[in-house]
Amino acid sequence: MDLGPFLFLATLEGLVSAAVLALTAVGLGLVFGVMRVVNVAHGEFFMLGAVVAWAVTNLMPGAPALGFVAALALSPLAAALVAIAADRAILRRLDYAPEAVIVATIGLGYILQQGALSLYGPEARAVAAPFSFRIQFPWFGYSGYKLAVIVFAALVLTGVWALLTRTKIGLVMRATQWDRETATAFGIDTDRVYALVFGLGAGLAATAAVLVAPISQAHYLMGGDPLLLSFAVVIIGGLGSLRGTVIAALLIGLTDGIVGVFFAPTLGKILATLLVALVLVFRPQGLFGRKTA
Amino acid sequence: MTGGVRVWALHLAVLVALALAPLVVPPYHATNLARIMVLAVFAMGYNIAFGYTGLLSLGHALLLAAGMYATGLLVAHGGWTAGPALLAGALAGAGVAFVVGLLALRTTGAAFMIVTLMFAQAGYLTILYFGDLTRGDEGFTLAREARTLFGLDLVTDATRYSAALALFAAGLIGCLLLVRSRTGRVLVAVRENSERTRMLGYDPFRARLLALTLSGLYAGTAGAAYALLFGYVGASFATVQYSVLALLWVLLGGAGTVLGPLVGTLVMFYLVDFAGNLTDATLFVVGAALILLILFARTGLLGTLRARALAWLP
Amino acid sequence: MTKERDSALPRRTVLKGLGAGSALALAGGMPRYVQAQTSEPIRLGFQLHRTGIGAVYGRWYQRTTEAALKVLNEAGGINGRPVEIIFEDDGTDPKRGSEVFEKLAVQRKCDLVFGALFSHVVVGTAPRAAELRVPYLVCSEGHHVAAGLNRWTLQPGITDVRSQVISMAPWVSSNLGKKVTMIYPDYAFGFDHRDFFQEAMKAQGGEVIELIPVPPTETSFTRYLPRIPSETEVLYHVMVGPAVLTFVKELGEFYGTGAHPEIFGFIDSLEGISTESPGLEFLEGSHFWEGMPRYRQPDSTEFDAFYRKAVGVDDSGAAVGDPKDVSTYAHMFSCWETLFVIKKAMEAASYKGPDDRQAIVEAMEAMTTFADSREHPQGDKVFNGRTHQVFGHQFISKVVGGKLEVVQRTAIEDGFYPDAVDYTTMPF
Repeated sequence: MDLGPFLFLATLEGLVSAAVLALTAVGLGLVFGVMRVVNVAHGEFFMLGAVVAWAVTNLMPGAPALGFVAALALSPLAAALVAIAADRAILRRLDYAPEAVIVATIGLGYILQQGALSLYGPEARAVAAPFSFRIQFPWFGYSGYKLAVIVFAALVLTGVWALLTRTKIGLVMRATQWDRETATAFGIDTDRVYALVFGLGAGLAATAAVLVAPISQAHYLMGGDPLLLSFAVVIIGGLGSLRGTVIAALLIGLTDGIVGVFFAPTLGKILATLLVALVLVFRPQGLFGRKTA
Repeated sequence: MTGGVRVWALHLAVLVALALAPLVVPPYHATNLARIMVLAVFAMGYNIAFGYTGLLSLGHALLLAAGMYATGLLVAHGGWTAGPALLAGALAGAGVAFVVGLLALRTTGAAFMIVTLMFAQAGYLTILYFGDLTRGDEGFTLAREARTLFGLDLVTDATRYSAALALFAAGLIGCLLLVRSRTGRVLVAVRENSERTRMLGYDPFRARLLALTLSGLYAGTAGAAYALLFGYVGASFATVQYSVLALLWVLLGGAGTVLGPLVGTLVMFYLVDFAGNLTDATLFVVGAALILLILFARTGLLGTLRARALAWLP
Repeated sequence: MTKERDSALPRRTVLKGLGAGSALALAGGMPRYVQAQTSEPIRLGFQLHRTGIGAVYGRWYQRTTEAALKVLNEAGGINGRPVEIIFEDDGTDPKRGSEVFEKLAVQRKCDLVFGALFSHVVVGTAPRAAELRVPYLVCSEGHHVAAGLNRWTLQPGITDVRSQVISMAPWVSSNLGKKVTMIYPDYAFGFDHRDFFQEAMKAQGGEVIELIPVPPTETSFTRYLPRIPSETEVLYHVMVGPAVLTFVKELGEFYGTGAHPEIFGFIDSLEGISTESPGLEFLEGSHFWEGMPRYRQPDSTEFDAFYRKAVGVDDSGAAVGDPKDVSTYAHMFSCWETLFVIKKAMEAASYKGPDDRQAIVEAMEAMTTFADSREHPQGDKVFNGRTHQVFGHQFISKVVGGKLEVVQRTAIEDGFYPDAVDYTTMPF
C-alpha cells in the first residue's frame, strides 16, 4: 500500500485509540485531581465495565443495539457502585493517605480480577457491536463502528466538561480539588464529594470499556494497559486540564500510530514511547498544567 | 543501650537469624528465603529512592532487568565468568539508573512516575526487539558450569543460600550506613523539603541522582544475582509488574525503614504461597489481605511499629 | 492380603488393553511388601496456569488431567499404587513457576512434576528441575526441550512447534500458495514460527515475502494490515492471548468481501473460543493447524470418543452442557497422554520412591513409539529419547459453516528435523 493511504489508516487508528484513551483517562484524572490519590484499580474498573457489558448484551433479548444501550447504562452504574462501596469501606478509613491508597487499590484490583476470573471466566468473549457497517475506502475497508466510537467519546467528554463547568456538582468538585479544608469550611460535605468522584471515575472507565468491547473483547486481564496509558495521558495533559487530557490522548494515539508506519512494529513502539516520555521530561508540568514551583 | 548500639544489634541479630535459618527451617523454606533475600535487595534499592528520597518510580523493573540481562547475556553469549559478569550487572543497573535519572529527575511527583514508567516500557520492548539474542519473553537459562563464583558452585543449595545471604547482608549494612550518614540525612531532607535543602546549600538534583544511582546499583545487583543463583533470565522481570511489586513490598514493609523491604518481600511471598493452600481463588485472598494489612498498618508494618513503639527504628 | 487380591482383580481386566509390558512391570512391582507399597499413593505435582494469561488453558489442562487420573486410578493406578495429583497455580509466570516447582517437589514431596504449557514458565522452571533432580514433564508445544534445556526436562505429550510448523509447509505450498506473508507475535513463540516456517517453505519452492512481527502489548492490528503485500497468496497468522478475536475481525473489515489472500492460521489463537463466535465470520473458508481436531470428525477414532466423554467435551469441542465453554482441544490432550507416559515409565522403572527418579527419565529415553490407544487418543507417536521430544500427526482443518473440518492429517515423518541435542550423553 502507498504511503498516503497507509498514513491515513494509521491516523484513523490513532484517533480511535485516542478517543478511548481520553475517556478512560478523564476518570482517572478526576480522581487524581480531586482526591490526590492514584487509583491503581482504575484499569480493573475498565475491565469490569467490559465484562458487565458482555453479560448485559447476552442476557438482553432482541437486537444487539438494544443490549448495547442497556450495557451503556448498566456497566458504568455497576462500576460506580463498586467504586463507591470501596471508597466508603476502605479509602475513607485510610484518610486518603496516598501511599496507603496505592496498596489498598492494588489489593482491590486483585479482588476484582479474581471476581472476574471466577464468575466470568478466563476466556476472551466477543461483545456484539450495536450496528455493523463497513466503510470502503479506495484502498481498504474500515469499521463504521470504530468511527462511531470517536463520536461517542466526544459526546461523553463534552458531557463531563459540562458537568464540571456548568453544574453545581461540578463547582463543588472543583472547589474540593482546589482546597479540601476550605471547601469543608464552606459547608461542602467533602466525604460525599470524594465518594461521588471515585464513583464517577470508575463509571467513566466502564463507559470507555463498553465502547471498546465490540472492537476488541472482554477479558479479565484487559485492565493493565489502559491503566498505564491513561495515567500517562492524565499527567502529560497536565493535571486538572480536561483539554490537556484530550490533547495528550491525541498525542499518544497519533504518535503511536504514525511513528509505527515508518519502523518495524516493535521498534516503532519503543520510539513512540520514548518520544512521549521526552515530552514530559522537557515539560514536566504537562502540556496544559500550571507550573508548580 | 545507646541508639547506635541498639540499631546495630537489631540488624546484626536479623542477619544472624537468617544465617541460622537453613539449619532450622525445612529445605523448601530455605530456598524461598534465598529468593526472598535477593528480591529484598531489589526492594532495598527501591526503598533508597522512594522511602528515603521520596522518588516514586514506576520503572524499577528496568533497573532489575538491566542487571539481569547484562550478567545473563555476558555469561551466555560473551563467555564471561560469573564474577566479572556480576560486577557488570551491578554497574549496568547503576549506569542505566544514572542515565534515566539525568532525564527523569527533571520531573518530580506524578510526572516522574510516568517518565520512569515509559522508559521501563521502552526497555521491556527493547528486550523483545532483540529477540534473537534474548529469546524475548521466553528468556534463556544459564549453563550450570557458568554458575560458579570464586570457585563456589552456586547451584548447590547451601552455597546459593550463603551467596544470597552475603549479598543481602552487604545491602542491608550498606543501607544502614547510608541512612545514618550525612548523605542519608540529606536524602531525607530532600524528600521532606527540597527547597529548604537547597537553601541550606545542598543540590537536590545531585542528591536525587545519587539516590537513584545507588538504587539502580541495588536493583542491578539483585537482577544479576537472580540470574546466577536461579539460572534464568527472562523478559517478565522487565514488565511493569515488577516495578509495582517493588513499590508494594516497600509500602507493605514500611517505606523509609531499613528492614521494611525484607519484611514486605517476605510477607508478600508467603501471602501468595499460603493463599494457594487455602483456595483456588488466590488473588482474592491476596487482595483482601493487602487491604486488611494496610488498614491496620497504614505506613507499612515496620513504619507503624516505629510510630507506635520503636521510635528508634531506622 | 485377600483384600488386596480382591481389588487387584477388576484392575487386571481393565488393564487388558495396556500391553504385556506394563502388566509384567505391575507383577514385578508387587513382591513381598504389597500392602505397604499399595497403600502409599504416588504423588504427582501439576504446575497449573490457573491465573495469568494462560488461565484458559489452565482450566482445561486441569479438567483433562483430572479425567485422565480417574481413568488411571480405576485401572489400578501405577504399579498397583493409587495416584494423586496436586495442582498448584503458577500465575503463568516463570518466577512463580520455579517456586511452585520447588513447593511441589520439596514441600509436597511429589515424585515428579508436569503440566506447564507457556514457554517462559518452562524455561524459567527447568534449571530448578535439574538442580533438584526431579523429572519435569512439560505439556508445552514450545521448541525449548528439543533445542536444549537439561536432562530432567522432557516433552512426551505433544509435538513441538518446530515440528508442527515444518509439517504444515508442504500442504500450504501445494494447496494455498507459494508467496506467504507471516503475522506473528514479536516474541519467542513467534520467532520459532518465523524461522522454521520460512526455512520449510523455501524447501518446498515457496517463499515468505513479508514478515510482520506484532508487539505483544498491541490490542489492535488494523494498522499493520497495510504491510501485507498485495501479491501475497497466503496470509499465515499466529497469535496468542485474548487479542486474536480483534485480529480476525479487523482482517474482515480490512478486506471486506473483496479479494483477499488465502488464510492459514494456528488454532492457538482460538483455543477456548468458538469458531462460530460473532465477528469470526471472516474465517469461513480459511484453514487452521490443529493439534487434535476440536470437532468430532466422521473418521474420528473410538479413542477420541472415549477421551471426549471422559473429559466432558461434546462433539463441537465445548464442555458438555455449556456450548460457550469451549475447550483447548488442540493442546490439552498433552496432559492426558503425559500422564499415561508417566505410568508407563514408572512401571518400566519399577518405581518405588524418590530414589528412582533418574530411572524414570532413563525409562522414558528408552521409549520409541506410542500406539494409537485410549492412552494416546490424539494418535500414534514417535518418541525421540535423545532429544526428549515426541512427534505426532498434525491436522489441517478448514472452517466450513463455522465448524472445523479436517482436510489433511500429516505423516509423523513430515515433522522430523535433525537432532539439536543428545540428552542421553549428558550427565544427570
